[in-house]
Amino acid sequence: MNRRLPIPNALQSKRYRATGSARRSERVVVALLMTCALGTVALSVLIVLMLLWESWSFFSSEHVSMTQFLFGIRWTALEVREVDKVEFGIWPLLSGTLRVTGIAMLIAWPMGLITAIYLSEFASNRVRRILKPSLEILAGIPTVVFGYFAVLLISPGLQWFSPSFDTFNATSAGIAVGILCLPLVCSLAEDALSAVPTSLREAVYSLGGTRMNTALSVVVPSALSGVISAMLLAFSRALGETMVVALAAGTLATFTLDPRQQSQTMTGFIVEMLKSDLEYGTVQYYSLFGVALALFVITFGMTLLGQLIRRRYREVYQ
Amino acid sequence: MSEPTTTAANLHSAPEPPRILIENFDAWYGDFQALRNVGARIAAHQVTALIGPSGCGKSTLLKWINRMNDLVPSAHSQGTLRIGDLNILAPTTDVVALRRVVGMVFQKPNPFPKSIYDNVAFGPRLHFKISQTDMDELVEWSLRKAALWDEVKDRLRKPALSLSGGQQQRLCIARTIAIGPEVLLMDEPCSALDPASTAKIEDLIYELRAHYTILIVTHNMQQASRCSDHTLFFLQGNVVESGPTEELFTRPKLKQTEDYVTGKYG
Repeated sequence: MNRRLPIPNALQSKRYRATGSARRSERVVVALLMTCALGTVALSVLIVLMLLWESWSFFSSEHVSMTQFLFGIRWTALEVREVDKVEFGIWPLLSGTLRVTGIAMLIAWPMGLITAIYLSEFASNRVRRILKPSLEILAGIPTVVFGYFAVLLISPGLQWFSPSFDTFNATSAGIAVGILCLPLVCSLAEDALSAVPTSLREAVYSLGGTRMNTALSVVVPSALSGVISAMLLAFSRALGETMVVALAAGTLATFTLDPRQQSQTMTGFIVEMLKSDLEYGTVQYYSLFGVALALFVITFGMTLLGQLIRRRYREVYQ
Repeated sequence: MSEPTTTAANLHSAPEPPRILIENFDAWYGDFQALRNVGARIAAHQVTALIGPSGCGKSTLLKWINRMNDLVPSAHSQGTLRIGDLNILAPTTDVVALRRVVGMVFQKPNPFPKSIYDNVAFGPRLHFKISQTDMDELVEWSLRKAALWDEVKDRLRKPALSLSGGQQQRLCIARTIAIGPEVLLMDEPCSALDPASTAKIEDLIYELRAHYTILIVTHNMQQASRCSDHTLFFLQGNVVESGPTEELFTRPKLKQTEDYVTGKYG
């Protein structure tokens, strides 16, 4: 060390900046950030309150019974004008939503997970550089395009395969929604898989394991919480998907297990009701808020379930 | 306690115990030459310490012995690297069979996020067709051999990540020996551990050499002198001096070796 190194001017004079203004501006910034954060929460609360308020107008009506709503298997809000003859049973709409979502998840879950495993464990850098952006493009396609894709391509395809398919049916909408959810499952699951520490992969290889052993016995189980929440998020996304089902699933509320029939979903009904010539203020009109509330309760439940699973299966690495 | 039998026939039935032969060995990462003209003969049932300043290539050599460097796309090498009559570098060499014979313990304990039992049983499940009774026996044997059994026998189903760092590292040793390797590669196995856990691992290494050929990379000179029989001193990708540990530490032939082992280097 050179002992004769002169002390720099800055360290001799030590003219410090005043600390007061820094602390004051920090307080302002924190207040600003907090306002934004609280604003977000307030908006969410406001939307939920509005939903509750409007749906109260529906549920409190003398023509609506809660038992019928929860267990009824006929929904005629769009067809019947006389208010005392309308049946408000949620099951046709709910089953339509579940049929479309179920078919969508049959496509999105396995394909998304397999693609994620391939991308994170097997693909070379070059393949990954091509595949990942392609998936992101898929995620950027407007949903209305998926709707037309379902009507103009998937449905005729299904009808060619079997004429028993309706022009508008749950299967074609489900397939389109599945493709729509695929990038979501894939990219979230891939994030979870890539977050598994490399040291675990090295451990498997050093024990004579193959890539397949590594992926299936260590990486996927270690990332299980992330993979499951990716799947649940896609499920919620499919439940709430509107445009594809409004275009491709049909406008008939059917209570059935048959995926070839028309299937109005909960979201599809809300769109139809808003477009219909039924006047604002009728019980039929307010039923859309009842349906929206039911949908909200379901997706909120899925979010809670996701949180629980995350907490239960989370692996803690040091 | 009985030794588990493995079936890497050509290696196990060899007339003399396997030892590692390294001749004219060069290794690169891309354009960077990490090892040049390395030569060494690693004796069976001994602990060989690989010492030298950071970046001198000791870990690189270790990772070529079990071909872990296959995972690094830019890594390539030439020269001779053999275990017994198995040519490690030949493209035809089955790396799975190689890694059954050459186990590895890493710098940071890396147990799987599974139970203690499942960690030890992981390798055997990949390689052996055995009954549950035999598996239980093998897991117990491995944990005893790794001096961990008494601490975990009542909680084999508990997550391995609930163990302390030192226990985790012994678990990793148990997991490695559960598939019956002949050679153990240890890459600074104590660098993430406190002194008490380090002492336990060192005792363990000392005992394990009765049945295994051990190579250990270490930055700790006391550790090298305490638990190794033979030492290779690396400098800038070269083995510049090698010999019995005691000799190399007390009567080094080269000035650089003396500076390094006495802590004057750098």
